[in-house]
Amino acid sequence: MFGKLLSDISGLWAKYGTTYLQGIGNTLILAVTATLIGCVIGFLCGILQTIPCGKNDSVIKRVFLRIIRIIIRAYVELFRGTPMILQAVFIFYGLPYFFNVNFSSIWTVSILVVSINTGAYMAESVRGGIMSIDPGQFEGAKAIGMNHWQTMLYIILPQTLRNIMPQIGNNYIINVKDTSVMFIIGFSDFFAAHKMVAGAVFKYFPSAFIEMGGYLCMTLLASFLLRKLEKKLAGKSNYELVTTDQLVMTAGTYNYPDHQDGSPFGEDKE
Amino acid sequence: MSEHILEIRHLSKAFGTHAVLKDIDFTVDKGDVTTIIGASGSGKSTLLRCINLLETLTTGEILFHGKDIAGRGVNSSAYRAKVGMVFQSFNLFNNLTVLANCMIGQQKVLKIGHDEARKRALYYLNKVGMAPYINARPDQISGGQKQRVAIARALAMEPEVLLFDEPTSALDPEMVGEVLDVMKSLATKDNMTMLVVTHEMSFARDVSTHVVYMADGVIEEEGEPEKIFSNPESPRTKEFLKRILNN
Repeated sequence: MFGKLLSDISGLWAKYGTTYLQGIGNTLILAVTATLIGCVIGFLCGILQTIPCGKNDSVIKRVFLRIIRIIIRAYVELFRGTPMILQAVFIFYGLPYFFNVNFSSIWTVSILVVSINTGAYMAESVRGGIMSIDPGQFEGAKAIGMNHWQTMLYIILPQTLRNIMPQIGNNYIINVKDTSVMFIIGFSDFFAAHKMVAGAVFKYFPSAFIEMGGYLCMTLLASFLLRKLEKKLAGKSNYELVTTDQLVMTAGTYNYPDHQDGSPFGEDKE
Repeated sequence: MSEHILEIRHLSKAFGTHAVLKDIDFTVDKGDVTTIIGASGSGKSTLLRCINLLETLTTGEILFHGKDIAGRGVNSSAYRAKVGMVFQSFNLFNNLTVLANCMIGQQKVLKIGHDEARKRALYYLNKVGMAPYINARPDQISGGQKQRVAIARALAMEPEVLLFDEPTSALDPEMVGEVLDVMKSLATKDNMTMLVVTHEMSFARDVSTHVVYMADGVIEEEGEPEKIFSNPESPRTKEFLKRILNN
């Protein structure tokens, strides 16, 4: 029984191996690109949603920020609240009604749909990530004169990124699997390869077996790489005292009160 | 006559209906080391946070070199760059090393180049004795060391005034000394203008040039430290000092 399965699988692979591999390639490219673009959208939404606005700000700024928040809210609810398969159909057939566009490349639409779908989820993850950062980090940045954009870019988002790495990993793995719904607009991903091969030679189970293995390999590899990345983002666990830099005075601990002149370099000593 | 750096006029602050600060008036001159003392909940920290615009005032004005900075349309970031702040909970940037903590403000806010910023950061880190630790991250050093780095970070911006919000309250007792030593040196050797909210009465008495006692959101009494500590006028000041100095 298993012997038959094995011979079927190796037969399929020998004949259609490149079709499967091409499918895997397309799936990975779509999932990686869309997750990256989705992250960018998510982080942008996160920055825009957290722009502080108090009663000291001008009316125009307050109205403007209000509108931005409403738009982001609507975007998130719309794309989180409808199936991606439907969004793909909606955009693929809907846009030509309004604009003179011709989607010669199914790639463009697929990346667009998966990106904005991921972005909607990421926007919420990023918002949660920003909320989880100690308010003292914002105050510390404000106190040295940073504006909102600088605070976000250099202080808050790097910490947020580290905190939401597991979420990004989740989204990526979901994308690897869920890009299979793009077959509806004719995208030839890994699952589409199964449909094609199985339809041609009527070996449904052996082909599904290959698919299962293929998807599992893709997601396990992703989990492994994400763990590595998380570790890297956490930084070194050790540090070394600096004793050789010319500008560093001593290897000891604090010594300031012992310096009778104003400068530790002694340049203002007579 | 010395120059007023900060002038607080009729400052009031309420959280909802709860008035925390009521009609505060006082000035900070160049070279002053002013300590603000008082019981917990008297509004000391809120006052300091208002001065750095971390809280919005309900009413009143804050004049910095004679210009109101609390009103509408004022660039608060530019003002904050000139007024340093040291927090009770340090608030060092967790994603950056000690050195980068002291450089980022110079590079991004003051637009100073990398080499110059590094030199300046090391100059001030040397002052607080933390230069050998430049490669450490904030979660790898002790509380007292964090606070000394936080002071160096504020100094690296070369501010005109330095605000301290209970800088030693979150520290273990044996670490309080190292931070107070650094502050004392800043006050006596560098003539830094400082505004310090503290429970360290010895610092208030021995180092500061001016003491403000706050109670229930108002300034109950202010003056030179000898006068406040040896001959306070207000009975509330007397009561507070008696309680705190006997402990």
